[in-house]
Amino acid sequence: MRHVWLLLLAVIMMGGCATGAVRSARDAGPAPAPAAAPAPAKPGTGESSSVDREQYPSTYQRHPNPPVVIRNATIMTAAGPEIPNGSIVLKDGRIVAVGAKVDAPAGAVVVDGTGKFVTPGLIDEHSHLGVYAAPGTEAESDGNEATNPVTAEVWAEHSFWPQDPQIPLAIAGGITTIQALPGSANLIGGRSAILKLIPARTVQEMKFPGARYGLKMACGENPKRVYGQKGGPSTRMGNMAGYRNAFAQAEGYRRKWDKWNKDHQGDPPDRNLKLETLAEVLRGDIYVQNHCYRADEMAQMLDLGREFGFPFRSFHHAVEAYKIRDLLAAAGTGAAVWADWWGFKEEAMDGIKENAALLQQAGVRVNIHSDSPSGIQRLNQEAAKAMYAGVRAGIPITRDQAIRWVTANPAWAIGLDSLIGTLEPGKMADVVVWSGDPFSVYAKAVQVYNDGWLVYDRGDATHQPRTDFELGQVPPPGSDR
Amino acid sequence: MIAFLLAQTIAITGGTVYPVSGPKLTNATVLIRDGKIVAVGTGVATPSDATRIDAQGKWVTPGLIDGAGQVGLVEIGAVAGTREGAVRGDTIAAAFNVAEGINPASVLIPVTRIEGITTVLATPTGNLVSGQAVLIDLDGTTIEQMLVKSPAGVVLDDSETGKDYAGGSRAALAERVRRVFRDALEFERRRADFNRAQIRPLSASAADLEALLPVLHGQEPLIAYANRRSDIATALRLAREFKLKLVLAGAQEAWQIAGEIARAGVPALVEPLDDIPSYDALGVRYENAALLAKAGVKVALMETDSHNSRNLRQEAGNAVAYGMAWEQALRAVTLSPAEIFGVADRYGSLEPGKVANVVVWSGDPFEFTTGVEHVLIHGKEIPLKSRQTELLERYRKLPPAY
Repeated sequence: MRHVWLLLLAVIMMGGCATGAVRSARDAGPAPAPAAAPAPAKPGTGESSSVDREQYPSTYQRHPNPPVVIRNATIMTAAGPEIPNGSIVLKDGRIVAVGAKVDAPAGAVVVDGTGKFVTPGLIDEHSHLGVYAAPGTEAESDGNEATNPVTAEVWAEHSFWPQDPQIPLAIAGGITTIQALPGSANLIGGRSAILKLIPARTVQEMKFPGARYGLKMACGENPKRVYGQKGGPSTRMGNMAGYRNAFAQAEGYRRKWDKWNKDHQGDPPDRNLKLETLAEVLRGDIYVQNHCYRADEMAQMLDLGREFGFPFRSFHHAVEAYKIRDLLAAAGTGAAVWADWWGFKEEAMDGIKENAALLQQAGVRVNIHSDSPSGIQRLNQEAAKAMYAGVRAGIPITRDQAIRWVTANPAWAIGLDSLIGTLEPGKMADVVVWSGDPFSVYAKAVQVYNDGWLVYDRGDATHQPRTDFELGQVPPPGSDR
Repeated sequence: MIAFLLAQTIAITGGTVYPVSGPKLTNATVLIRDGKIVAVGTGVATPSDATRIDAQGKWVTPGLIDGAGQVGLVEIGAVAGTREGAVRGDTIAAAFNVAEGINPASVLIPVTRIEGITTVLATPTGNLVSGQAVLIDLDGTTIEQMLVKSPAGVVLDDSETGKDYAGGSRAALAERVRRVFRDALEFERRRADFNRAQIRPLSASAADLEALLPVLHGQEPLIAYANRRSDIATALRLAREFKLKLVLAGAQEAWQIAGEIARAGVPALVEPLDDIPSYDALGVRYENAALLAKAGVKVALMETDSHNSRNLRQEAGNAVAYGMAWEQALRAVTLSPAEIFGVADRYGSLEPGKVANVVVWSGDPFEFTTGVEHVLIHGKEIPLKSRQTELLERYRKLPPAY
């Protein structure tokens, strides 16, 4: 029962969450996989065009690792049909070959995949790991800067705690990349962090090089509940006015800076961190990730984007997305949904298990997200539930489509689909080996490679990372007394 | 609860039947008459007046029982006006029986039962002694029709949250519980004095003390939510001192003292997918259910998210993935909870004389591929419809079918 209250607390305190982001139409399609290994993006690019200095750059470095060949497994590439009895080669952090027959590089570690399945590393587009860390006391409650309804100036990475003991649990569930988001107390909650899910001392070591930021926005019940007695907004129309005021200010700010960046006449305009982030949204450099449950509100938000000229990348939670799947498909906006959460508040009452399937059928880029330190450990199971719910309702969902819900599609939603999310030559070697079909309740991740680094091995205690927090407090696995 | 049933004979034929009380039977028949199971086996003839359900290639099990949650007691989590599962202003709320808070029209009921969960414990929360849980079937137009057992146990919050109602210390919690237990026994011994106000002040109301007596006489279980190993030990200690019929719930660190719990003969209600460490249970882990079962503890499973009580199936599947035998997991969602809540004479297995709560599945009930084909509660076939299936049908094509 503790679980119920934790869930409710999370929903009510954080106000559930979700973001929607947008890119211009030119980015709406999936980028083709690069022919050669892509060069790591320069740290700092895309972070701000207001100032010419690096801001909190990634210090991520690939962990050195011998080449690996996984043989004789069922390979779910998330880019086409499954390959039975297939092999995959990982070298220098890249996938170099996938197929029925591959050449293993000299010195490669050979993994027998007989009876096993291989998928891309799973990606959770909506996580609060690190910002709402375990053990869940007030001291680790760093996800909502609930002091103002518009806090575009805060960045989730500045709250993120790399020693959150929930991180190794998610790694053991096959997660390799997350979007860590601020909560949904605010209309505009701040910037997300796109992170490689690896053991690290600092968040900078986890920051996905070159990844664009997301901007967390929230519709509906949460902001108006949090601010209703604190100066507003107290209504949904107040919510809309709050977004519009913020972006109207950002338009003027952007104009001033764009002019100064062009002619460098006189002193630069004063910096305003809130408007700087919003101006980046207007320039198309930051994806809007929008927590929004109700169909009618998502339609309002799409109009907000039209008013100010920015797209919504995806609506998160989106329990009513199925009702407006045609509008989402037309707008090129994705949807991040749960398999079956519903009913914990009024705007969640119309959740149905066929949501993801109906969205897929309509051509919406749908992904299954967790918003939960528990759910993130079994995104494969959640995708399975959503797939079979669709199939049983007569909506033809393929296994390849469903595996994309937790790999290629969230990769697109965070703008990294050219680098991760599928098992194709040239992609980053984010790979999970499963004990069996990942759509079975009985399957477990047995090996997780992140950029070629074996970060988790269920059969080898030396590859089961534990956080500093756990040492001396949490009994290690296998220590049955 | 029997009066509303129609006289009807149903034969579920040809399926692989898991009676739980015995080994599985292939190509077997489950014969149901007037809401009860009358025969289970391979040589059972189908009467000519029977309605036949063809279960060839299907799996047949008892309806699943969720050992926790608030189905029927909560409609919308965030709307206080729809929540009936907790009472304010009474730290010792032993007399608070949730039964009359149940809403037979709750939309959660069809959502849950069409996925094979036919019976749930409706559990009070909050306070130190939260109140009386009741076991309900997920069908009926009145509370009386739904009730299987009321009360099914008195709930104690012997955890981090419970201690707040005892002054903020675990030591105070144990002492507070002892004091109210002693007061209940004192109340029983000296009712006449109590009624004449010739007794020292007692630490709870007469109604609450009265409600504790069946627990103190071992007639009803004390369902103690305890997660930290030391809290579980406290519950075991209290049970020894007062000779209680104890049921542990939550029990996240129970795996660390599984042998002791088994020796005490105490069963545990466990949520297999609990594994997020908190200061209430830093040692929480997925293997808990399996390790307890292995040590000989009777384990029943629970899904505490009321709106997704249907995910009890997923909880059970994961218990298996983390070491529990499949047959044990099936028992942990059928016969074991029936035994723990004292209704195994009527519920939990497919045996003649038992209430006909039966589910026909397309396959393994714990697998995601599997769908529910038929649900019977008290021998009545339940239409596989809910508010959610209606939403699906409305929006299956756009524009919606208003």
